[in-house]
Amino acid sequence: MEPADLHDHLFRHEAGRMTAALTRLFGVHNLALAEDVVQDAFARALDVWKLQGPPPNPAAWLMTTARNRALDVIRRERTARTFAPELSRLLESEWTASAVVDEAFARDVVLGEQLRMMFSCCHPALAEPAQIALILNILCGFGAHEIAAAFLDGRAAVEKRIARGKKTLAQSARLFDLSDADVATRLSAVHRALYLLFNEGYHGASARDAVRAELCEEAMRLAALLREHAVTRTPATCALSAVMALHAARLAARVDESGELLPLWDQDRSAWDANLIAEGRALLDASATGDDVTTYHLEAAIAAVHAAAPSLAATDWHAIVGLYDGLMRVAPSAVVALNRAIAIAQRDGPDAGLAAIAAIDGRERLDAYPFYPAALGELARRRGDVAAARAHFARARALARSDAERRYLDRRMPGSDGSG
Amino acid sequence: MAEFIYLYRNSTQARTAAMGTPEARQKSMERWMAWLRDLENRGHVRSGGQPLESSGKIVKGGTRAIVDGPFAEAKDVIGGYSIIIAKDAAEAAELARGCPALDDPDGSVEVRPVAAM
Repeated sequence: MEPADLHDHLFRHEAGRMTAALTRLFGVHNLALAEDVVQDAFARALDVWKLQGPPPNPAAWLMTTARNRALDVIRRERTARTFAPELSRLLESEWTASAVVDEAFARDVVLGEQLRMMFSCCHPALAEPAQIALILNILCGFGAHEIAAAFLDGRAAVEKRIARGKKTLAQSARLFDLSDADVATRLSAVHRALYLLFNEGYHGASARDAVRAELCEEAMRLAALLREHAVTRTPATCALSAVMALHAARLAARVDESGELLPLWDQDRSAWDANLIAEGRALLDASATGDDVTTYHLEAAIAAVHAAAPSLAATDWHAIVGLYDGLMRVAPSAVVALNRAIAIAQRDGPDAGLAAIAAIDGRERLDAYPFYPAALGELARRRGDVAAARAHFARARALARSDAERRYLDRRMPGSDGSG
Repeated sequence: MAEFIYLYRNSTQARTAAMGTPEARQKSMERWMAWLRDLENRGHVRSGGQPLESSGKIVKGGTRAIVDGPFAEAKDVIGGYSIIIAKDAAEAAELARGCPALDDPDGSVEVRPVAAM
């Protein structure tokens, strides 16, 4: 028999599921023990599958192995350790232990535990980079060096961040519960962390596209978990998922064959992923059920307008300016105002765009942002003011944060090869 | 054609160090599967074989004393075996050179012909 191929990242995703189930049994103070059991299950899979090929249902095999190991650990250590306080009495007795262990590995229980873990990782005592590192480590099976590589951080710094985060988790008596009173507040922290994780993948520092695509995939997978549970499938969750799907649809078209960044107007729109666009639209529709209009709703709507347009010129810039007006009401920032001004320039011409830029409140906050002088340069070029355009692009280039950005700005500079 | 046993050896330190993350473990396993599947497609695999637990008991000669061992930390623990078909020892050894166990400098594949009757 030809053994089945493993789907991509099976081990990573199962690591998150197994850790969640095991933490339910062992208690969050025994997170390290849960992680040991997971590593053990992988070691066993590696030993057996490498010679015999994987079983027909590798994910179920891993879960069963983790379940059996969990029962072993509980039998061996129940006098020496305290496990999850709410289950400890049931785990003490052979009459009930195996039923309780089985329950922890039931599909919907595992989903609920993954969500509780995700909420716990977004503890307000932790800074956002720590929340994201914890989520990637515990729920997505990323090692510290993998996280460090993706975020261009030092491995030691990431390890410290994860260790501190786990200490915070262990000190809380239990995982966050979805019936807790502050579930709405914590859910928006979770949204924020997933949004930042996705953005890191989309715009991120890592030079390797494969690494960045994985971060986007993980953010989308975790958002999909939120949509599977009645408590967390809120309009904002659907809107966030829509933002991710609509942007991910453009991932492949964002770079050309030689790996150079392409702006929206140079992208081959036929390379946009039609399935993801359809999914994003459906999610955006599903998000329109409440009175709440979040930044995710507005960002998704903007992305949907772009996705619907056959070309840059045929884009509904009236709609986009209106949506940026909405964003300025919900979450005003200088960057949003700059993007609004660029949309106005598309709608009404470069002079209107420059006037809108001149009217931005707190414009000095954009001084270190390379796409601010780049926008000025672009508009100057459209007005035919080549000297001003060159000066703006030179300033943008000096502010660029990566080689890809620098090369992109070089190509926009009037007079360079390929500038339009 | 003759039968050969491959005996795989890997140090556990190398295994845990190199494969600490789920992704690394999966990648390592996929390399093993690709290697064995390729041998299988070329008609070289009689049996993929079995993994062995890393420790058990050793019964000593003479006294017939039973002791624990080998220990997982030792370098010469056999982690598993496969049964391979090749035309001679040279070919069997050449086929073994692609084995992912050899990525670990402490790893080895012992290639032993099954004695012909």
